[in-house]
Amino acid sequence: MATEILMPALSPTMEEGTLAKWLVKEGDKVKSGQIIAEIETDKATMEFEAVDEGTVARLLVAEGTAGVKVNTPIALIAGDGESTATVPVAPPGAGPVAVVSDQAQAMIVPPASMKPAMAIPDEAPDMGWPAGTPVKTMTVREALREAMAEEMRADANVFLMGEEVGEYQGAYKISQGLLDEFGTKRVIDTPITEHGFAGLAVGAAFGGLRPIVEFMTFNFSMQAIDHIINSAAKTLYMSGGQMGCPIVFRGPNGAAARVGAQHSQDYAAWYAHVPGLKVVMPYTAADAKGLLKTAIRDPNPVIFLENEILYGRSFEVPDLPDYTVPFGKARIARVGSDVTIVSFGIGMALALDAAEALSKDGISAEVIDLRTLRPLDYDTVISSVMKTNRCVTVEEGWPVGAIGNHLSATIMTRAFDYLDAPVLNCTGKDVPMPYAANLEKLALVTVAEVIAAVKSVCYR
Amino acid sequence: MATRKAPETSNISKDDLLAYYREMLLIRRFEEKAGQLYGMGLIGGFCHLYIGQEAVVVGLEAAAKTGDKRITSYRDHGHMLACGMDPKGVMAELTGRSGGYSRGKGGSMHMFSKEKHFYGGHGIVAAQVPLGAGLAFADKYLGNDNVTFTYFGDGAANQGQVYETYNMAELWMLPVIFVIENNQYAMGTSVKRSTKSTTLFGRGTAYGIPGEQVDGMDVLAVKAAGDKAVAHCRAGKGPYILEMMTYRYRGHSMSDPAKYRTREEVQKMRDEKDAIEHVRDLLLQAGHASDEDLKAIDRDIKERVNEAAEFSKESPEADLSELWTDIYA
Repeated sequence: MATEILMPALSPTMEEGTLAKWLVKEGDKVKSGQIIAEIETDKATMEFEAVDEGTVARLLVAEGTAGVKVNTPIALIAGDGESTATVPVAPPGAGPVAVVSDQAQAMIVPPASMKPAMAIPDEAPDMGWPAGTPVKTMTVREALREAMAEEMRADANVFLMGEEVGEYQGAYKISQGLLDEFGTKRVIDTPITEHGFAGLAVGAAFGGLRPIVEFMTFNFSMQAIDHIINSAAKTLYMSGGQMGCPIVFRGPNGAAARVGAQHSQDYAAWYAHVPGLKVVMPYTAADAKGLLKTAIRDPNPVIFLENEILYGRSFEVPDLPDYTVPFGKARIARVGSDVTIVSFGIGMALALDAAEALSKDGISAEVIDLRTLRPLDYDTVISSVMKTNRCVTVEEGWPVGAIGNHLSATIMTRAFDYLDAPVLNCTGKDVPMPYAANLEKLALVTVAEVIAAVKSVCYR
Repeated sequence: MATRKAPETSNISKDDLLAYYREMLLIRRFEEKAGQLYGMGLIGGFCHLYIGQEAVVVGLEAAAKTGDKRITSYRDHGHMLACGMDPKGVMAELTGRSGGYSRGKGGSMHMFSKEKHFYGGHGIVAAQVPLGAGLAFADKYLGNDNVTFTYFGDGAANQGQVYETYNMAELWMLPVIFVIENNQYAMGTSVKRSTKSTTLFGRGTAYGIPGEQVDGMDVLAVKAAGDKAVAHCRAGKGPYILEMMTYRYRGHSMSDPAKYRTREEVQKMRDEKDAIEHVRDLLLQAGHASDEDLKAIDRDIKERVNEAAEFSKESPEADLSELWTDIYA
């Protein structure tokens, strides 16, 4: 019996990839450890080795094929003595191979739970740009890259520094191509030394530059948090307004998938606590681009919280030469009348999915994407709650000292008489992130929990 | 009682010597006055005096040119005076008044002057080290030939971020002079009780950074070492480490029980190594100044310090609206 070679998962969040190149052809003998293919993920191009010895009986997926799902059979290897001729063309049990052309790569369908809300409620939601603006579809990753490239072209004092941002092309490929365009002076690979390079970048900002510091993930910003808070956030105040710190700290935040407690944490509430910082957490590609451009131009230290799972998701982005999104302005992503769901970042995916499901039960949910946590657009939240009289907040972070807690208190203070039910906070569970797949799922906030919370505040 | 050793003959100019004398004396008198104001309750919180270490900043400032930057720890009054900041503005910041450099919002440990290229005043031990390297990074990026003097103490020298910074500074050949002010005590812990390293500058070797130990009580030796380090940095050869062997006469801050060293030890340093007395002897021996001339300088400086103290008392308290300003630019 021939052995199936399956499309491998080459990163914690990879669900599909491109079979970029076969390095063997049918009939070739392969040895264990031999590189047989190059596979491109959304993060990198990787070499794929054979595990078993034998002869390549069939290549089931042509090179250049994009959107090949993980675990799809891509080749058959016949063992010693097996005839390669007897191997069936379509292996039993294997479903049809997903074949998507290169051109269609941007249209790869995200998993169901990650789909943007497609149902159009009574009123059109705020897209964040005027109707009739030309748009293009791009991933959050491409949007972030475009934002940096545009700002680096516009201002010679903007530079990017971090681990693997240059020659490696970015641990998550956000900075892909920037080294080629801007050179080693402005795209700087650092040693693994977060405390040191964060401090150095803050000093460079004091000295007149506009650094963008990439943390490979925000988990590692814990090593640098003294400089982020004590050196960057407080200096303008301590200097009586003399010494500002225009700097952006950006990188993926929150849980990815199956990377355990030390690599899965949401820092939104941590940084939003600190006066002197601005804190941004976009959901869509348009906001990722427009807010990052605003962040780079801002004269203050900005914490820009991205999400690894969102990097590969596609959204419409205005096709404008200089698209920016102002800080402190929430976006009504879905208009509704029965309840207000407030979220930000990846929580928006859950909020929108919940709203869609609730609409089938006759509950009309208004969904607000905060976009920036500092400054926070209280007015949009309050006026929505005054209209719906109910509110549920959704975030991935822990429940104690959560953004939702703060919103609850604010709503209680400013709109107490409008509330028909207590505000409920949907958050991650109060535990370090477990590794086990089933436990991890349990630790994260879910669409079902959001739906249950909404039903509870609607007394349904 | 120990006696001072005879000063070495020197070919340094009269004007330079007089300038060093004035600047060191200004720092000492200013700090003595700050100590008094603290005792009167006019200065609050922490107040770290620089008395004893004056030769370090004065000698290094003599090696600097306009545009060079400096950054230091919380023991920062001397650095500010030496780079030309106004004693009135510094003292008024100590008293937390609106005439202070940070309009009263920074205090003793947090003052800045963009005009004089003084970048603080940092209260977290060793945080100024990567910040200083970052200032040097900016200068190199912008293509000028400025250097940054990054001061830190023997205590800070055991912080990890110092070595993260050494690594990057040499890797990227940054024009930064790391000045270790080894006053021999990190708060109450002597160098001997905190490390088995015999020298602190020698730790730069691991990263390829040259350095040397300098008599930090001798302003002429400090100036000479500063010239050498500055030339190294300006020539694009990367960072340089100067370990200044110095001594603080006063406590770590104002409430220091001083149980970790003897009165005799402090008195011996004052008698044998005092930086100001050293220059005074040089001036007198070379005939550059008479006793009467030096007394006139003393009077002049005392008057400047008294004016600063008066200003710091008269300056109004911060306007209450200041609570909410300067959080964002």
